[in-house]
Amino acid sequence: MSECIVDLADVAYAWPGHQPLLKISRMQITAGERVFIFGPSGSGKSTLLGLIAGIHLPTQGCVTLFGKDTRTLSASARDRLRGAEMGFVFQQFNLISYLSVMDNVLLPVSFSAARRQRLGSIAEREQQADALLAHLGLGGHINQQPAAELSVGQQQRVAVARALLGKPKLIICDEPTSALDAQSRDSFLEVIANECQRNNAALIFVSHDQSLAAHFDRHLDMHELNPLISAEA
Amino acid sequence: MLRRITLKSLWNRRLAVSLTIAAIALSTALILAVERVRMETRASFTNTIAGTDLIVGARTSPIQLLLYSVFGLGDPTNNVSWDSFEKISAHPSVAWSIPISLGDSHRGFRVLGTTRAYFEHLRFGNDRQLALSNGDLSDEPLAVVLGATVARQLGYSIGTGIVIAHGTRDDGLSGHDNLPFTVTGILAATGTPADRTVYVSLEGIEAIHTGWESGIPVAGETLHADHLHEADLHSEAITAFFLGLEQRPQVLQFQRAINNFPEEPLLAILPGNALTELWQLFGNAELALVVVAAMTVVTGLLGMVVGIFSTLNERRREMAIMRSVGARPGDIFTLLMAESALIGVIGAASGFLVLTAAALTAAATIGDSMGVSLSAGMPSGRELLLLGAVVIAAIAAGALPAWHAYRLSLHDGLSARGG
Repeated sequence: MSECIVDLADVAYAWPGHQPLLKISRMQITAGERVFIFGPSGSGKSTLLGLIAGIHLPTQGCVTLFGKDTRTLSASARDRLRGAEMGFVFQQFNLISYLSVMDNVLLPVSFSAARRQRLGSIAEREQQADALLAHLGLGGHINQQPAAELSVGQQQRVAVARALLGKPKLIICDEPTSALDAQSRDSFLEVIANECQRNNAALIFVSHDQSLAAHFDRHLDMHELNPLISAEA
Repeated sequence: MLRRITLKSLWNRRLAVSLTIAAIALSTALILAVERVRMETRASFTNTIAGTDLIVGARTSPIQLLLYSVFGLGDPTNNVSWDSFEKISAHPSVAWSIPISLGDSHRGFRVLGTTRAYFEHLRFGNDRQLALSNGDLSDEPLAVVLGATVARQLGYSIGTGIVIAHGTRDDGLSGHDNLPFTVTGILAATGTPADRTVYVSLEGIEAIHTGWESGIPVAGETLHADHLHEADLHSEAITAFFLGLEQRPQVLQFQRAINNFPEEPLLAILPGNALTELWQLFGNAELALVVVAAMTVVTGLLGMVVGIFSTLNERRREMAIMRSVGARPGDIFTLLMAESALIGVIGAASGFLVLTAAALTAAATIGDSMGVSLSAGMPSGRELLLLGAVVIAAIAAGALPAWHAYRLSLHDGLSARGG
């Protein structure tokens, strides 16, 4: 029941020619759990997310994603793994402005064969995208609108639908609520927590806003995770 | 879906993209037009004369002989005596011969004195004969047959009376106005110098020059139409003559014999060789045109590269989103390559359409004012190669921004904050 999907062991990361900026002795995420990572800017959280996404390789130690040591995977195998098993929601500008809402949600289908396969036929894909959007409170008529015409709150929900489409096992949110007002923030948190649970996806939620921590099973603090965190952060 | 992303992305930037395509289309149309005019000019040039085995004139340079005998350009230096013409024509190898006599003009058009043989034997293009569109050939000494352009530009029709000027520059002063000619026939258009020629009989030429032996009319010695039938209108000399042989393989041997003709210094040329030699003189000008046209294509493609580069920064966010859903940097490269390939294909195809539209609407104007023909039609093999070259060049040029985007997306990962 507690399959480990992300495992960082004795990991250090440094940009080439620079001092290490991240050092994590151990960090594990198990399937289906919801983890809040508290991290102000400069605490190395972008680097941490880059390691978990398989964009960066650790300069030291070992990052294991879904049972695979990232150092043994080629760059495109890591890209494939990310496309197949992870969904991302960023702080803002999550959508490609000239594509419709539906096309934005279906974007993973273009780049990930695994998700395409899990989704089945074109009709089934669109049906599931529709269902996800409906669950997130976005009505049918909006689906064909260009993404640029949506409010920020709506855009963030579309991004959640895209992250969840095709049932990846891990959703990673990087400050997804910092562009939202208090009311939308609460409803967004509720929606994403429910949807992750419904889809059996683990959730990593990174924010500098500690007040959001209450919504999560487990809390990690970059200050404790990363001993290299700069004093002023 | 990737196709859809490319199309929607281009559509999203449709103004800039359509300007880029317009630049490529215009430059493609230009290089195709240069190619087509070049080919058609060359074809109509080499088709100016056909079926003639040898052209014989007084000794001069082969190109000069070709220019004045076929193209009506420049002035002949010397004449060929009628005796030599008769002697050579009587040779058993000769199938037919056409004498021509030049030196007069009518309102800027060359007057060419000849015989019926000219209309029977001379060929142009792909073995086509001169054909009358109106009227008849006449055996009257003062009958005249007009080329199509002459008749159209001067507004002449059958029965019009004309006066032939002495010399090739019609200054309106020294005209053979004692003997007005009458138009009896008008030729169908040929696209060759024949269209701009006024044809009269050799007797007609002789008649108007009687009494002009010193170069100016001597009172009392010039002819009047009433006395024409009493006069001896036999030519003493002609400018050149065309020969057709019984057996073509003899042509080189026969040419050599004429060049060594003991009684008079003569020059015989093979029209095909002389045409090729003459065409080579234009080679550099042709090449310059092609180079200029090619440079405009390069300019158009540079515009495309600049256009794509200028969008890359704002598209970093878009690339990061694609990376987050599993796109490899190679996919980003492919997307951008597809964009420039599509622009190249649409640009090249539009260029062909622009050329066709121009050929359909403006061909007549261009043909009349510049003497070049630009016809509409399916692309020739060479034109397809040019179109293909434009597309390949567009793809090659597109590799620059695509490679840059590849590097950017590799560097940015998911964290680009652009946009």
